[in-house]
Amino acid sequence: MSEPTRTHGSLLIQDARTRNRNRAETRFKMYGIAAISIGLLMLTILLITIIGRGTGAFQQTFVTLPVELSAAKLDKKGNRDLADIKKVSTFGYTPLMSAALEAKVAQAGIETTLKPKAMAAILSKNAAATLRYYVLANPQMIGEVVEFTFLTNSRVDGYLKGRVTRDSIANDKNINAAQLDLVDGLIADGALKKQFNLAFITGADASDARPEAAGMGVSMIGSLFMMLVVLVLALPIGVAASIYLEEFAPKNWITDIIEVNISNLAAVPSIVFGILGLAVFINYMHLPNSAPLVGGLVLTLMTLPTIIISTRASLKSVPPSIRDAALGVGASKMQSVFHHVLPLAAPGILTGTIIGLAQALGETAPLLLIGMVGFIASNAPDSISSGLLDPNSAMPAQIYEWAKRADPAFYERAWGGIIILLVFLITMNAIAIMLRRRFERRW
Amino acid sequence: MKDHQISETDVTTHPVKIAARDVQVYYGDNHAIKDVNVDIEDKTVTAFIGPSGCGKSTFLRCINRMNDTIDVCRVMGDIRIDGEDIYDRVVDPVQLRAKVGMVFQKPNPFPKSIYDNVAYGPRIHGLARNKAELDDIVERALKRAAIWNEVKDRLSAPGTGLSGGQQQRLCIARAVATEPAVLLMDEPCSALDPIATAQVEELIDELRQNFSVVIVTHSMQQAARVSQKTAFFHLGNLVEFGETDKIFTSPEDPRTESYITGRIG
Repeated sequence: MSEPTRTHGSLLIQDARTRNRNRAETRFKMYGIAAISIGLLMLTILLITIIGRGTGAFQQTFVTLPVELSAAKLDKKGNRDLADIKKVSTFGYTPLMSAALEAKVAQAGIETTLKPKAMAAILSKNAAATLRYYVLANPQMIGEVVEFTFLTNSRVDGYLKGRVTRDSIANDKNINAAQLDLVDGLIADGALKKQFNLAFITGADASDARPEAAGMGVSMIGSLFMMLVVLVLALPIGVAASIYLEEFAPKNWITDIIEVNISNLAAVPSIVFGILGLAVFINYMHLPNSAPLVGGLVLTLMTLPTIIISTRASLKSVPPSIRDAALGVGASKMQSVFHHVLPLAAPGILTGTIIGLAQALGETAPLLLIGMVGFIASNAPDSISSGLLDPNSAMPAQIYEWAKRADPAFYERAWGGIIILLVFLITMNAIAIMLRRRFERRW
Repeated sequence: MKDHQISETDVTTHPVKIAARDVQVYYGDNHAIKDVNVDIEDKTVTAFIGPSGCGKSTFLRCINRMNDTIDVCRVMGDIRIDGEDIYDRVVDPVQLRAKVGMVFQKPNPFPKSIYDNVAYGPRIHGLARNKAELDDIVERALKRAAIWNEVKDRLSAPGTGLSGGQQQRLCIARAVATEPAVLLMDEPCSALDPIATAQVEELIDELRQNFSVVIVTHSMQQAARVSQKTAFFHLGNLVEFGETDKIFTSPEDPRTESYITGRIG
């Protein structure tokens, strides 16, 4: 019997097997494209939603009023003594604003049945405080007429942004139709309008009754101090630990256990690190509650495994021939690592570190456990030690705090806060990419 | 040290530089080198030949203790350089490697400039007091490695940008810059084309003036061309050691003969 030989058909006609194979490949490509499209679609929806809902937070409704800083009310003794002026509380300033608003309404010729006090209710509860700060800082202006731009009540702001309508205020005791008529009149006059609100980026959080005055600034500083702590602690500790484990440590069961544990730590839910921080740093070491230092320490613990894993990976990726070359000319182990291996691994280490930092920057859960929730710091810290030790919040915790408050005005600010957080994250990732390029371009 | 006769026909014209006695190497349970005894002379090129996995590279790496970096590797026996036991407890392998330079199979310049590649060894060993001295050392090393004319105008260019043959000569320059007494070369031409190989071989012959050179090679023609002494390894044993001419023309051991005639390996 002869060997069976395979007969080949024409190459110009695809056989059934080939057609099936090609179809399977096409199908697989389609699945891939579909998966990527779904991802892109979700990302687009996310970005559109965030930008659509969040940009409103960067604008706020203000009303511009000339206020007479009446000496009779603010400095009854007439001696311009700051101690006496300070005795007038915010409450004492309210009549000045009512009077200013009443004068403005009369001057603009707006007809209203509202009493001056009800008129002043369209202003933010923060407005009197703004006025008082100004007077305390500039006591020489008492007796003069000064033009102020006051925040309006969040309902008025909502009215201008379309969140509040005449129908929706039927049961709202914070604002009524007559006040909206007044607002319409002031808009027509040009005294009341929406404008860019820097205070949202630079300011502190505010109480439930004053959503219009709340800002991200102080919690940004809190985040910044935490990142500083994480960078200063996690980078050197993480890199040193990785170098030791990768280059010096003997390979035995102890280092195996350590390695497994580091990988496990990277997967531990962040809230566990929060409770660890609460137990160790606050309850045991008695570090202050809600301090960025404690937050930074907790996030350091959380970031270390990420940094160690990425550093070890980049050390591993340095070709062993470089180590041989260094040892071959008589370099010590440490010289070979620090002169040759580490510089080559640097881009990978930096990328890993920045990704770890970005992860830490967006972390909320552990911060809630150590008390770094919003509405804690009303002023920006004035020194490094107060920045580290005074109670503060962090950006994601601040966003969380706003999102859970009832007033829709806070909800808008939560979206705005997310825009700021994303800008931070994108900046950090851009820096990571830039550093990587820069170091790799050397050769 | 045991007195051990290596070979009847061994005509020694130079003093012995490296003396190995009863060297055993284990990789875990694998007995990679068995009872190797060899005397390597100064100012001579000694070639190690043999089929893959015969232990010639392993033995080479014992001479500068590069095997120390492998956890499972154990070396027993006695290797002396200038009469000093290099596996003595007090010997620092780093100090040893400054005396015994090494060139690797694959050219492995540092990803730094040509100048820094050569200057690295002298720098860490403190061989130069100032920049001018270091410049001298670098120039001398590059000249010895026969690459000076090609790179003198671009010393600050990256060493990794050179061609394969140039990179390997740069690595040789880097090795000779620290003024070692012994130069170990582990298949230095296996990654090079014939022209670059010829250049490096010529260089090896010149290096003999100053160093004791030990070269591991897969190419018997190369061993015949560059070496004065040849050692044939087979399955971890040193089968035969002697004058290169004699090994290639009238080997004593049948295994050597079958290897050089191409029947094994």
